[in-house]
Amino acid sequence: MHHVDTLIGNESLEEIVESCVQTIETPGFADAQAWKAEAPGRAIAGCFPVYSPVEVFDAAGMLAVGLAGGGNRMEIAHADSRFQSFVCSIVKSTLEQGMTGMLAEFDALVFHSICDPARNLASVYQRNFPDKRVEYIHFPQNLGVPEAIVFLTGEYARVATSMSELTGKYPSADALRGSIAVYNEVRALIRRLYAIRSEAPHRLSARELYPLVRYGNLVAPEIHIDVLTRALAGVLQREGRPRDRVRAILAGSFCEQPPLDLIAAIEDAGCYLVDDDFLIGRRFFYADVDASAEDPYRALAQAYVDGSVPVAVKHDLRISKSEALVARARAHKADAVIVLCAKFCEPALFEYPLYRRALQAAEIPHIFLEFEEKMWMFERTKTEIETFVESLLFA
Amino acid sequence: MTELQYQGHLHQLQKQLMANYYAALTASAEGSGEPAAYLLIGGNPVELLRAFDILPVFPEVNALQLAVKKQSLPHIQAAEFMGYSSDNCAYVKADIGQYFAGRKTPFATIPEPSLLLCNYVGCNVYLDWFGHLSEYSGCPAFQLDIPFIRSKSGFPSKDDVDYVMRQLQRLIERCEEITGRQLDEDRLRECVRLSSLTGELWSKIKHLTKHTPAPYDAYFDSVTMMAPLYCLRGTPEGLVFFETAYAEMAERVAANRGPLETERFRYVIEGPPPWPHLRTFRDMFSRWNAVAVASTYSTVGGLWEFGFRHDPDHPLESIACHLLEWNLTNRNFLQRYEQIERYLDEWHASALIIHSVKSCRLFSAGQGDMREYFTKLGVPTLLIESDLEDPRYFSEAQMRTRIDAFFESLGHRALVQEASA
Ligand code: SF4
Ligand code: SF4
Repeated sequence: MHHVDTLIGNESLEEIVESCVQTIETPGFADAQAWKAEAPGRAIAGCFPVYSPVEVFDAAGMLAVGLAGGGNRMEIAHADSRFQSFVCSIVKSTLEQGMTGMLAEFDALVFHSICDPARNLASVYQRNFPDKRVEYIHFPQNLGVPEAIVFLTGEYARVATSMSELTGKYPSADALRGSIAVYNEVRALIRRLYAIRSEAPHRLSARELYPLVRYGNLVAPEIHIDVLTRALAGVLQREGRPRDRVRAILAGSFCEQPPLDLIAAIEDAGCYLVDDDFLIGRRFFYADVDASAEDPYRALAQAYVDGSVPVAVKHDLRISKSEALVARARAHKADAVIVLCAKFCEPALFEYPLYRRALQAAEIPHIFLEFEEKMWMFERTKTEIETFVESLLFA
Repeated sequence: MTELQYQGHLHQLQKQLMANYYAALTASAEGSGEPAAYLLIGGNPVELLRAFDILPVFPEVNALQLAVKKQSLPHIQAAEFMGYSSDNCAYVKADIGQYFAGRKTPFATIPEPSLLLCNYVGCNVYLDWFGHLSEYSGCPAFQLDIPFIRSKSGFPSKDDVDYVMRQLQRLIERCEEITGRQLDEDRLRECVRLSSLTGELWSKIKHLTKHTPAPYDAYFDSVTMMAPLYCLRGTPEGLVFFETAYAEMAERVAANRGPLETERFRYVIEGPPPWPHLRTFRDMFSRWNAVAVASTYSTVGGLWEFGFRHDPDHPLESIACHLLEWNLTNRNFLQRYEQIERYLDEWHASALIIHSVKSCRLFSAGQGDMREYFTKLGVPTLLIESDLEDPRYFSEAQMRTRIDAFFESLGHRALVQEASA
C-alpha cells in the first residue's frame, strides 16, 4: 500500500515529504484501487481540476481522486490525435490516462465549467468510455445574486443522485455533514501549513509543501489528515534562519501542474515562494464550511459562492482579481509576483494582461513564465528567475 | 467551374441594412442618445434589448468584419503588446485592440457600452472578454449565467430554466435603470413575434439546401445572412430581409440554380470560417464544384432549422429556451456530432470538412475525436487548421494541397461506387 502508512511514529519531515513525492510520482492510482478493493460497494470518482465538491462523493461512499494530469513521465501516444497541438497538456494527458487503462477502476469522472477544452473533454470521455459515469458540474458565474446559491445547491444534489446510482447510497444530510467536517480538517491543516510557510518560509519550502498537499489527491481524507498532522508537527520542530531571498507569490498554476522539479528550480533560483495557487481546489475556502448546517448541500454551495478564493476560472464581479492579486502580494509581504501559466491555458493567459496592469500600477515587480507539465528541462526557467531575482536584490 | 457572381437583390439589401445598422452605432457613439449594449452571439437575447430600444453591439461581428477587411492584425498585435497571449482567442484581441484605438473601424465608430451583457452561453472566453471590457470601460458587466447542457437527454432541467428566468428578470431591471423606462410588455411581445417570423423564414431557407443543387452555399453564403440574423432580429427591417432572402432562394430552387455552375460534391462543414482569407478559402472548394449544404457555424446564434421558434405568448420563456437549448454553443460536443449526422443524412452530403481554428477552443478542442468518430462511421472527413481572425495562421499552399487531395479521392471513390452499382 502507500508508503506513508508504513512509516511509524518518529519519521522526520523529510521522510514524510519524500514518501509523498514517491506516491505522487508513481504513475497509476494504486492507493485508490486498494481502497476500493477493501470493501464491497465502494467506487472511485476522478475529479478534474480546478475545484470539485469532494464531500458529495465522499458522502456517497466514493473516493474522490484528484486528477492532476500525467506529469513529465507520461508519453502521449493516443490523445494528441484527439486534441490539437494548441490545447493544454492536462487535457491530453487525462485522456491518455483513460486510453492506456490507468483509470480502469474509476467509476465516475467529473469535469467542471472551467474552460472550453475541459468541457469538450467531458464529452470525449463520455463517448470513448461509455461504461463510466461522466458528470459535468456547471458552476454559477453570476455570483452576486441569491439564485446562484439555489442553483448550485440543486446542481450538487443532482450530482449526488447520479453518484448514488453507482454506489447505492444517496448522501444523507448527516453523511454530508460528516464529510464536510472531515474535509474542513484537511483544509484547515493545509491553511495552517501555508500560513507557516508565509511566515517562516525557511521552515517549509514549496518543494516540500506541494507534495504534502498533492498527496491528498490520491488517498482518503482521513489518511491525508494523518500525514498532514505529522508533517505539521515536523515543521513546528524545525529551526533555521531565514536567508536573503526574494519573497514571491505565484499565480497561474491552478489547473495543470508544473513539475515538482520546476517548483524546486524556482526556489533554487533565489526565491521564497510564500504563496501559490497550485492545486488551489484543495484549499478553496477561506474558512471552514458550515458542518452543522441544516442543509449541508446549501452550505457547500454557499461556501463556493461567498467564501472561496479568487481564481481565473471563477468570474466574480464583486471583486477584481487583479486587485485581489495585489492585495495577496501585500498580505504576504511579497517582493515580487511570479505569473506561471500552463502553456495554452486560456483562462490563465487571459488573467495576465490585467495582472500586469495592476502590478505595474502597484509597483510590484513581476515575471511572466509558461510551463508544460511534460517539460523536464528547467535550466532556462531557472536562469530567467535568477536574472529576475538578481535585478530585485541588486536594484 | 466559375462561381456565379450573384450580387443580387439580397446582397444589396444586406449591405444597405447593415450600413444603416452601423450608422446607428456611429450615431450612438457620437451622442445620439441611444444607449448601446454589447452582447455575444451565442443564443443572443437581442429581443429584450430591442424592446427597450437599446442598440445591440456584437463585438464578435465587429471582430470578424475587421478580419474580412484585413484590418485585424494591427489590433491583435496591439493587444499582444498589452500582454495578451498569442494563444488567446483573437476575436478578443482584435476587439480590445480596436477599443483602445478609439473604437473607430472602417464600417462604424463603435459606441461605448451602457450595458455589457455577457450572455455566458457555452463559451468560457465570453466571461473573460466582457470582464476585461468592464475593467477597461468602467461599465459594470451583467453576467447572464446560462447552465450548459449536461444531461444525457440534451434538455435543460426545470431548475436551469427557473434560474435563467430569474436572471432575465434582473436583466430587465438593469435595462429599466439604463433607459429610465419600464419594460413595455407589448413591445417585447412584438419584438419576439418578429423574431419568431424571422426564425421561421431562416429555418425554411436552411432547409432549401436539401435540394440538389443547393440554391446557395450553406457556409459561405450563410454568413451573409447571419449578420442580419443577430444585428436586426426582432425588427421589421430584419423580417423584410429574411422575406426577401427566402423569396430569392426559393426562386433559385425552382430554377434549379446553385451558387456554382454545376454541383459535384455536397459536404457539411464544421467550425468557423477563416475570415481574413475567406475568398481564397472559398475558391479552394469552388474549384472542385463542392458546395456546403449545411454548416454548424451558422447555428451559433440559434438552431432554428431543428424546430426552435420564439413564442410571442411566452416571450421570456422562449428567450430562456433559446439561450439554454437552441443554439450550438450551449450544447455539448456530442450533441454537435448528432447535429452533423443529421446534416449528412437529411441534407444528403457525402463528406465532412472540419475547419479547426486555433482561436476558438469552444469549437475546436477535441475535433480530432470528431474526425475519428465520423471516419469510423465511413464518412470521408478532412480536418484542416487555421484561424478565424488572425491572418498569420493560414498556410495557403498546404491547405490547398490537402483539400485537393481530399476531393480527388472523393471523386475517385464516387467513380468506384458508380462502377460497382
Ligand atoms: S490547464 Fe487551463 S485550459 Fe487546460 S484544462 Fe486547465 S483550465 Fe482548461
Ligand atoms: S472562443 Fe470562440 S466562441 Fe468564444 S469568443 Fe472566441 S471565437 Fe467566440
